[in-house]
Amino acid sequence: MRRSFPIIVCFVFGMAMLIQFFVPSKLSRVAYDEITNWAQIIYAFALIVGVFGLLKYHSEKVVRKSGGWFFNLVTIASLIIMAVLGFAYGRGDSSPFMWIFNYMQAPMQASVFSLLAFFVASAAFRGFTARNAEAVLLLLSAVFIMFGIASVGNAIPPFSDIANWILMKPSMTARRGIFIGIGLGTIATSLRVILGVERTYLGKG
Amino acid sequence: MLIGIIITGLLVALFIMRGRRGKSLYLRPIAGLLAVDEAIGRATEMGKPILYSSGRGGMQRPATIASMNILGSVVEKVATYGTPLIFPNNDPVVTAVAQEVAREGYTKAGHPDAYKPENIYFVTDSQFGYAAAVDGIMMRERPATNLFFGTFEAESLILAETGNSIGAIQIAGTDSSIQMAFFMVACDYVLIGEELFAASGYLSRDPQVIGSQKGSDISKIIIMVIIILGVILGILNQAWFVNLFVTV
Repeated sequence: MRRSFPIIVCFVFGMAMLIQFFVPSKLSRVAYDEITNWAQIIYAFALIVGVFGLLKYHSEKVVRKSGGWFFNLVTIASLIIMAVLGFAYGRGDSSPFMWIFNYMQAPMQASVFSLLAFFVASAAFRGFTARNAEAVLLLLSAVFIMFGIASVGNAIPPFSDIANWILMKPSMTARRGIFIGIGLGTIATSLRVILGVERTYLGKG
Repeated sequence: MLIGIIITGLLVALFIMRGRRGKSLYLRPIAGLLAVDEAIGRATEMGKPILYSSGRGGMQRPATIASMNILGSVVEKVATYGTPLIFPNNDPVVTAVAQEVAREGYTKAGHPDAYKPENIYFVTDSQFGYAAAVDGIMMRERPATNLFFGTFEAESLILAETGNSIGAIQIAGTDSSIQMAFFMVACDYVLIGEELFAASGYLSRDPQVIGSQKGSDISKIIIMVIIILGVILGILNQAWFVNLFVTV
């Protein structure tokens, strides 16, 4: 029963969601919204478990004084401070919680995101090395697309035309092939879950 | 769309039943998956850990489910060799499932005591917070192998390039065609398209999973035939065939 009940629930809700997608009506829309809300509630409870797991993980490192324990302490302190400020002063625009979010967390996230530009440059440098015929083709495509999309190259008709052709014909063809594969794989996996063949979500590896 | 799903669904169900009956089903070799054993062996020889990431997808995403299946097979192998596996996570539900999958993997391999739940942990649900945390783990722990299987977004290149800089052998598979391109330039092996979904059957050799993969392969052949027919009839100015597939 411990195994079969979740499988039955999964089958019923999987089929219900599939039917509601293909039968648009007010009832199906309401059912969809309701089930989506349930998913949010489940996620909120799982988040509590996640936060306790996080606290346990970092506390153990601090207690054991393992390498870099100070940063584990910073993580725990940040978690507690944000929670206390959030509960005590709310999350209004001028609250301390939002101040920390806007002036500390958001810039830190933006910093990590901005690293992407340097990683793209290093990856491009490695990827576009003309080692063989295929790599030369990749390099030429990259040159035409980069120049064709940039404002300078866009002013030169051959560059923009060739860039558009590469994007809309060979690139799009390859991407559609990949999309079809991913779509079929998604259908097969979803069906395995609905039919109970796939039980990974129960922890069965 | 509905007709397509019904046909694919019937084919998948048919081949799952064939798999259940024990009929042998052939699955073509996939280079990225053949390399998983090599990558685990390398980490074992070097005495370094393996880093696993399922990206940013929740448990409702098929790519994450496929990733958990791959994790099960990987865990069985690392448990046999005694190689540590680190799995930082950005979704608490996925963390819980991954811990259960790993626990069962270690038990199946006959080493339940070797399972360390603290190696599979929730980090943060922030996208770039997660990327920074995983990058930090890579720089500190220096894993010999990085396995990225699941749904990835802009953090894919940040993770893969950091992995590349520490000299780790990297295998990736994602359901995002955009991130696939980033993985291709930064990783040693990449699972393309449906290979990510085929991976679970390929590694576990579960006949039912392989059967479902065969079903989707047959669907792909049908789609290819329809495309070729459409091109030929389109050239011959026979628009009726193409019109059959026009959505209203």
